[in-house]
Amino acid sequence: MKVLVAVKRVIDYNVKIRVKADKTGVETANVKMSMNPFDEIAVEEAIRMKEAGKATEVIAFSAGPTQCQETIRTALAMGADRGVHVVTDGELQPLAVAKLLKAVADKEQPGLIIVGKQAIDDDSNQTGQMVAALLGWSQGTFANKIDVADGSVTVKREVDGGLENVKLKLPAVITTDLRLNEPRYASLPNIMKAKKKPIDQHKPEDLGVDVAPRLKTLKVEEPAGRKAGIKVKTVAELVEKLRNEAGVI
Amino acid sequence: MDILPRPPSPYYTADHDAFRDQLRRFVERDIAPFVDQWDEAEEFPRELYKKASAVGLLQMGFPEEYGGVPSDGFFRIIASDELARAGSGGVNASLMSHTIGAPPIAALGPEWMKRKLLPEILSGEKISALAITEPSGGSDVANLKTTARREGDHYIVNGQKMFITSGFRADYYTVAVRTGGPGMGGVSLLLIERDRPGFSRTKLRKMGWWASDTAQLFFDDVKVPIDNLIGPENAGFNGIMRNFNPERIGLAAGAYGFAKVCLEEAIDYARQRETFGKPLIKNQVIRHKIVDMAMKVNAVKATLEGLAWRVEQGEQPVAEICMLKNLATTSLEFVANEAMQILGGAGYLRGSKVERIYRETKVMSIGGGSIEIMKDLAARQMGL
Ligand SMILES: Cc1cc2nc3c(=O)[nH]c(=O)nc-3n(C[C@H](O)[C@H](O)[C@H](O)COP(=O)(O)OP(=O)(O)OC[C@H]3O[C@@H](n4cnc5c(N)ncnc54)[C@H](O)[C@@H]3O)c2cc1C
Repeated sequence: MKVLVAVKRVIDYNVKIRVKADKTGVETANVKMSMNPFDEIAVEEAIRMKEAGKATEVIAFSAGPTQCQETIRTALAMGADRGVHVVTDGELQPLAVAKLLKAVADKEQPGLIIVGKQAIDDDSNQTGQMVAALLGWSQGTFANKIDVADGSVTVKREVDGGLENVKLKLPAVITTDLRLNEPRYASLPNIMKAKKKPIDQHKPEDLGVDVAPRLKTLKVEEPAGRKAGIKVKTVAELVEKLRNEAGVI
Repeated sequence: MDILPRPPSPYYTADHDAFRDQLRRFVERDIAPFVDQWDEAEEFPRELYKKASAVGLLQMGFPEEYGGVPSDGFFRIIASDELARAGSGGVNASLMSHTIGAPPIAALGPEWMKRKLLPEILSGEKISALAITEPSGGSDVANLKTTARREGDHYIVNGQKMFITSGFRADYYTVAVRTGGPGMGGVSLLLIERDRPGFSRTKLRKMGWWASDTAQLFFDDVKVPIDNLIGPENAGFNGIMRNFNPERIGLAAGAYGFAKVCLEEAIDYARQRETFGKPLIKNQVIRHKIVDMAMKVNAVKATLEGLAWRVEQGEQPVAEICMLKNLATTSLEFVANEAMQILGGAGYLRGSKVERIYRETKVMSIGGGSIEIMKDLAARQMGL
C-alpha cells in the first residue's frame, strides 16, 4: 500500500507574525519557513506504517513555490521515499490543494492519504475533508491513533468531550491531530541521503487543475492589542470585580 | 531569533539549513529544558549521547564505513552554534568530547580499532576522551611526562593526566604518552580502555562546565597491548597536531554561539526592563553597548566562516586560526561581561544563561591552546 502525505510550507511557529503594511496579507519576505507541524505528524505516521510493514512506499506531496522542495526534502530526510511537487506561485486555497491531491491520487493510487488536520498559517481545516469528498473515499479526521488492518483502518478521533473510534474501508483519507505521535528528527545522515531521492514536478495545468482562488481576501489586520491590566488593592475588591465585572463567579 | 534576517550566504546550502532546523528542535526539546538541573547535578544522563547520535550530531565528519557522515566544516559550525543556544558549555564539552578523542583513531588508528571503536562511539554507546594535559602542564605538550615502557608485546603506562573532559565516564581514552626520548619526537598516542587494571580517575570540581565530568587520571603500571598504538610509535605529535585546527575552529564557533546568546538575552532584557520610567534600551549608553556587542559577534562570524571556507579548500591557515580562536574567546569575554552588566542582579542569579556563560568564558580562552600560546604560535607562523 502506498501512502500519500501532504506537507505544507508555512511560517515557522516561532516567528512573530507581522501584517504587511498594505494589509493584503502577512509578511513572508525574510521570514523563516518550516513544515506545518501537523504535517510532520502525518509524515511520521506514514513512516511508522512503512517500518511496521503496513505501507510499501511513502510519497510526500507539496504544492507551492520552488522553495516547497525544501519542505519535501525534510519529509524525505525523515524517511519518505519520494516527492511530488506541484509548482505554482499564486495563492492556494484548500479547494485547489484538494483538487491537486485528488489528481495525484488518481495517478498514484495510494491506499491512504494522510494530511494535517489544519495548517498553522490559515487554520482552514478543510483540505482533508475536501479531498475525501472529491475522491469519494471515507475520512477519519483529527486522528489520535491509527490502526491499519487488511482492507480497513481504525481511527481513534479526537472529538469534543472524548475520543471516537471509526472503522474505514480503504482507500481512505486521514487528518492528524497533535497527539497522534511525536515526529522524529531528520538526522544528518538522512538529510544527506534525501538528496538522492527523486522529486517529480508538475504544473497545475499538467494535472488539469485550475487553482485560481475562489475566495477573495478583503483585508488582513492585526488582532486588537490586549489592554493593560489593573492592580486590585484587596481580596474583597478582587472578588467584587470577578463577580460584577467579569461575571465569572 | 536572529537579530537581523539571515542574509544570503555563500557558505550554507539547503542541507545546512535543514540540519540547523533539526538541531534547533533537538536542543530545544532534549537539552535546553534540563541544563540547570544537569549543571547542579554535575552530570547529564548518558542516554543523551544516543539521542545526539539519532540526530547525527556525533557522526559529523567521520567516514561512512565506520558509522560516520562525511560532512563539511560548516555542519560542525552549525552544531556548535546551535548547541550553544542551550547556554551550557559543560553539556556540549562532554557530549562532543569524541570530536577530539576519536579523530586520531579515525586518521591513524589500526583497522581493528576503527572497526570496533568508531561505530560504538558514533552511535553514542561508548564515550571517547582525549588525554594530553598533565598536572605539570598543558601548554608545553612536548614535555609531557607520562611514560609507556615497552615490555614484550605490551606497554607499561605510568603517570597522570589532568583536566580531562569526559574523563570520569569515558570508555576509551586517547592518551599521549612518552615512548621515546625527550621532546615531541618521543611522544606516542595510545588507546587505553577504562577497565584496565591500575587505571583510576577522580572528578574535578570547577568554576564552570559543571555538567561536564572533567577528571584527573592516574596510571599505575597499566598494561596496554602494543596493538593499542594509534599511529606509529614516537609519531604521536602528528595526531595531536591534526586535532588542533578543527578543535580551535570548533571552540571559536562555540564562543560565537555563546556570545550570540548573551547578545540576544541582553537585548530582550533591555527591552523589557524599565528603570527611571522608561525601558532600559532607550538609554543611549545601553544601546551603544549592544551595538558594540553585536559588532564583535559579527566580526567573529565573518572571520570564522571565511577561515572555515579556506580549510574546506584544503588550506591550513594555522596563524589565522590561532587569531580566530583569540578573537572569538576574547569577544565572548567582552560580550558576556556587557550582557551581565545589562542584566544587573538578574544576570547574577543561577539559572540565567548569562550567569553560566559568563562563568564559562575562561575555559574557552584557556583550553585548546591558551591565548598566550595561540599568540606565540601565530607569531612563529608569521616568521616574527
Ligand atoms: C574545563 C577544562 C577541560 C579541559 N579538557 C581537556 C581535555 O579534554 N584534554 C586535555 O588534554 N586537556 C584538557 N584541558 C586542559 C587545557 O588544554 C589546559 O588547561 C591548557 O592547555 C593550559 O594548560 P595548563 O592549564 O596546564 O596551563 P599552563 O600551561 O601551566 O599555563 C598557565 C598560564 O601560563 C601561560 N603560559 C604558559 N606558557 C607560556 C609562555 N611560554 N609564554 C607566556 N605565557 C605562557 C598560559 O597561557 C596560561 O595562561 C582542559 C582544561 C579545562 C580547564
